[in-house]
Amino acid sequence: MRVNDNTIRADEDLYEMQADRIDKSLEKDADHTDDSTASRVSEKFSVKDLNLHYGTFHALKDVSIDIDTNAITALIGPSGCGKSTFLKTLNRMNDFEEGIKIEGSVQLDGQEIYDRAMNPIELRQRVGMVFQQPNPFPKTIYDNVAYGPRIRGIHKKSELDEIVEKALTEVGIWDEMKDRLKKSALGLSGGQQQRLCIARTLAVSPEVILMDEPTSALDPISTMKIEDLAMELKKKYTIVIVTHNMQQANRISDKTAFFLLGELIEYGKTSDIFLNPKNKKTEEYITGRFG
Amino acid sequence: MTDTAAGAVNRKNTATAEQMDFKTKEGIWKVLVIACGLLMIILPLAIGAFLIYRGGATFTKYGHSVLKFLFSSNWNPADDMNGGGHVGAAVYIVGSLVTCGLALLISVPFSMAAAIFMTEIAPKTGNKILRPAVEIFVGIPSVVYGWIGLTILVPFIRKIFNLNQGFSVLAAGIVLAVMIFPSITTLSADAIRSVPISARKAAYGLGATRWQVISGIVVPAAQPGILTGIILGLARAFGEALAVAMVIGKTRSLPKSILSPTTNLTSAIASDMGGAMEGGEYNAALWSMALLLFIISLLFIFLVHFVAMKGAERNKK
Amino acid sequence: MRNKVNLAKDKFMTGVFYAVAGFFLLLLFAFAGYVIIKGFGGAKLYMFSFTRSGIGNQFFNTVYLVFLSLVISVPIGIMAGIYMAEYAKEGKITKFLRICIETLSSLPSIVVGLFGYLVFIVATHQQWNLFSGALAVAILSLPLIATTTEDAFRSLPDSYKKGSIGMGATLRQTIITVLLPAAAPRIITGVILAAGRGFGEAAALLYTAGMSTDINWSSWNLASPTCALNPFRPGETLALNIWASRTEALGADATQIANLSSAVLMVMVLAFSLLAHVLEHRIRRNMGEKA
Repeated sequence: MRVNDNTIRADEDLYEMQADRIDKSLEKDADHTDDSTASRVSEKFSVKDLNLHYGTFHALKDVSIDIDTNAITALIGPSGCGKSTFLKTLNRMNDFEEGIKIEGSVQLDGQEIYDRAMNPIELRQRVGMVFQQPNPFPKTIYDNVAYGPRIRGIHKKSELDEIVEKALTEVGIWDEMKDRLKKSALGLSGGQQQRLCIARTLAVSPEVILMDEPTSALDPISTMKIEDLAMELKKKYTIVIVTHNMQQANRISDKTAFFLLGELIEYGKTSDIFLNPKNKKTEEYITGRFG
Repeated sequence: MTDTAAGAVNRKNTATAEQMDFKTKEGIWKVLVIACGLLMIILPLAIGAFLIYRGGATFTKYGHSVLKFLFSSNWNPADDMNGGGHVGAAVYIVGSLVTCGLALLISVPFSMAAAIFMTEIAPKTGNKILRPAVEIFVGIPSVVYGWIGLTILVPFIRKIFNLNQGFSVLAAGIVLAVMIFPSITTLSADAIRSVPISARKAAYGLGATRWQVISGIVVPAAQPGILTGIILGLARAFGEALAVAMVIGKTRSLPKSILSPTTNLTSAIASDMGGAMEGGEYNAALWSMALLLFIISLLFIFLVHFVAMKGAERNKK
Repeated sequence: MRNKVNLAKDKFMTGVFYAVAGFFLLLLFAFAGYVIIKGFGGAKLYMFSFTRSGIGNQFFNTVYLVFLSLVISVPIGIMAGIYMAEYAKEGKITKFLRICIETLSSLPSIVVGLFGYLVFIVATHQQWNLFSGALAVAILSLPLIATTTEDAFRSLPDSYKKGSIGMGATLRQTIITVLLPAAAPRIITGVILAAGRGFGEAAALLYTAGMSTDINWSSWNLASPTCALNPFRPGETLALNIWASRTEALGADATQIANLSSAVLMVMVLAFSLLAHVLEHRIRRNMGEKA
C-alpha cells in the first residue's frame, strides 16, 4: 500500500505475527488433545504419503505435511533436496515435465488435486506462483497485470483498470508505476519486476501464492521489500515459500519444513525449528554445517 | 486471434455454456495445430507418391528396365501411348553430374576461404559486411544468374576460347558455382564458429601461427559441418533447373570437354514437359527423371544425416 | 629457419584470404550493380507500363502471386512450427517429421512445380493459373516458415511460458497471447526471406502459373479471366518473363525487357534481404539490452 511506511508496517507485522503465532500454537496444542478433524479448517493443503519419481530418480519420498491457511510456510533444505519439486506439486506445474510419476494424496481444501475431476487450469488460478527469476512478459506493465484477468474473459477497460490499480497497490508499487503503465515491463529493475510479477499473480485473486526463491536474484533492499510484502499478503493469502536463506525463513515464516534428499525431515513452528530442532540433520543444516 | 480469452463471448452466459465454448476453442486449436504438423509429413509423402506413380510408368506400363534408363544413352521416347521408343537418360544424368562436379570444384575452395576469412581472420568485417553480403547472394533468383550467364558469360567463353558458341559445361559449372557458393560458405562458417575457443587457445599457446591453427585444428574439427554444407550445396546445384538450362546449350550428346555443350535432367524437364503428350511414353520418361531427382535429393539428406552421425561419434571418442 | 617459413606461410595465407574476401565482395557489388544499371539504363518509359509491351503486369503478377502464397503458407507454416516447438513429443514420429521437413526444403523447385502441375492443373482440369503457382510457391516456403517459427519459439526464455501457465492460462492461451507476440519479430524475418525467395521463383511456376498474362485494368469483375485480381487466370511473373526471353526473340526489345525484369527483381530481392537483416539486427540488439 503506502510504500514509505513499509518499514514501520513491517515492525507492526512482526508483532502481529508473533501474536498470531502464539494464538496458533495454542490452537495446535489444543488440537493435539482434540479430534483431528477440528484442525482441518485451518489447513489449506493436506499432503499424505506423496512420492514423486523423475524416471528412475526418487525425488520425493513419503512426504506428509499440512499447510496452514493465511500463514507463511517456508521450505528449506540444500539444493536438490526436493523442496522446489514439492512446491510445484502444489499447483501441478510439473505436469509439463516428462517421465514424472506421482503417488499419494495432495488435497487443497479437502479436494484431491491429482484427481481427474480437478482441472489443472482452475487449480493454477487458485494457486498462483512467483518464480525465482522475475519473469514479466515482454509486454507493458499494464498488460502484464491485466494478463490473468484477460485470459479469464475480463475485457472491460474500467474493470481491468480497477484490477490493475488494486494489484499494483497491494504490492506497493502503484505510485511508482501509475505514470508508466504503458511502458515495457522489461525496463523495470529486478525488484520492481518481481513485485510486478507478484501483482500479476494477485490480479486473479488466488487463494495461495507459491514463491520459488523469489528473492534469490535480488539485492538486499529489494529482498527486504519482498519479505515485507509477503508478511502483509499472508493476511489474505496462504503463502508457501522456498528459500535458501535461513534468515529469511526465520524472519518471515510461521512454519518451516526442512527437506533433505527428498524426505521431509522436520516440520514445525519456525521458532521451534530454529531454536530447538529435534532432528540432528536439521540442526546441522540451519547452523550452516552443510548445505 | 485477439479474442482469446475463456468464454469471452458472453460472460453473462451460464457457466456450462462458457465452458463448452472454451472447450470447443481448445479443441479446434489443437486439431488445427496437429493438422498443420501432419501436413508437413503428408506433403513430401504425397509428392513422392505422385512421382513414383507417374515416373514408374516408364518401367511398368512401357516396360523399360531401370538399368537401361540409367546407363543407356539411347534417348528416343515415343510421344504417344503406344511406347516402343528408347528411354536411356544417361546423357542427361552425366550432364547433371559433370556440371555439378565442376561447380563444386570451383566453389568449394572459394567458399572455404570466405568462411575462414569471416570467422578466423577478420570476424568483425566478416560479420558486418561479408556475412550479410553472402546472405544476399543466396536470395538472388536463379533466373537472374541464368540471364547474366546467358548474356555475359556465354559470349565471353565463346570469345576467349574461340568457339562457335559459348554454351558449355564450363558456363553451367560457373553459374552453378556462383549459386551454391553462399550456401556452402554460410554453413561452413557456422561449423567453424562452433569449434570451441579453447581448442584454438591451446594451439596458439603452443606457439602455432594462425594458419597452422586454422589448417591443423579448426578446419579438421569443423569437418562434418563443412561436409554438410558441401552436400547441401551440391543438392541445390542438382535441383537447379532454369539457370543451367539457359547456358548449357541443350545438346543431347555426352560432353567431350568442359567447353562442349550438353544437357541435364532439369533442363530436359523444364523445356520438354510442356510439349510431351499427357500419359505418353515421352511424358512418363520425363517424370522418371523427376523421380530420379527426388531420389537423389533424398540421398543427399541421408548423406547429411550420415555425416552428422559420424561427426557425433567422432566427437564422443 | 623453420619458424621463418611458417611465419611467411601464415602471412601468405592471410593475404590469400583477404584477396578472396575482397574478390567476393567486388563480385557481389559488380554483379548487383551491373544488373541494376544495365536494366534501368537500357529501359524506355513504355517498358514500365502496365500493358503488353511493358513489364508492369508481370510485376503485379509477381507481387500478387507471392502475396497469395504467403496467405497460404504463413498460417500453416506458423502452426506447423508451433506444433514442433510446443506439442510434438520427442520420438520416432517427430524424428520422421523433421526428416520430412528437411526433404521438403531440399526438393528441387522444378519437382514441386511438376507436382503442382499434376495436382492443381491436370487433376482439376484447370488452365494455368496464379493460384496454382501460389500453391507451388507456398509448398516451397512452408519448411522455411515452419523452422523459423520453431526456432523463434525455442529461443524464448522458458520463464514466459512458466509464468503464463502458472497463472492458470492454457497452453493455447499462452501461445497466442504471450509466446507468439514475443516470437513475432523473428517469424516476420523468416516470412520476409520467404517472400524474397518467392519473387525469384520460376521453375516451380513454369507449369503452374503459366507463361502468359492478359490483364484488362478496367475490368474489376473477379470472375473475368482478364481481371487483375482474379487468381484463376494465367499470370506470368518477372522471373518467368526472363526465362521466356532466353531464346525466343519475341520482339526487338526482348533483351532490354529481360534486363529490366532482372533489375527490378534484383531490387526487390535486395530490398527484402536488407529489411530482413535490419530486423534481425534489431532483434539481436534488443536481446543484448535485456541481458
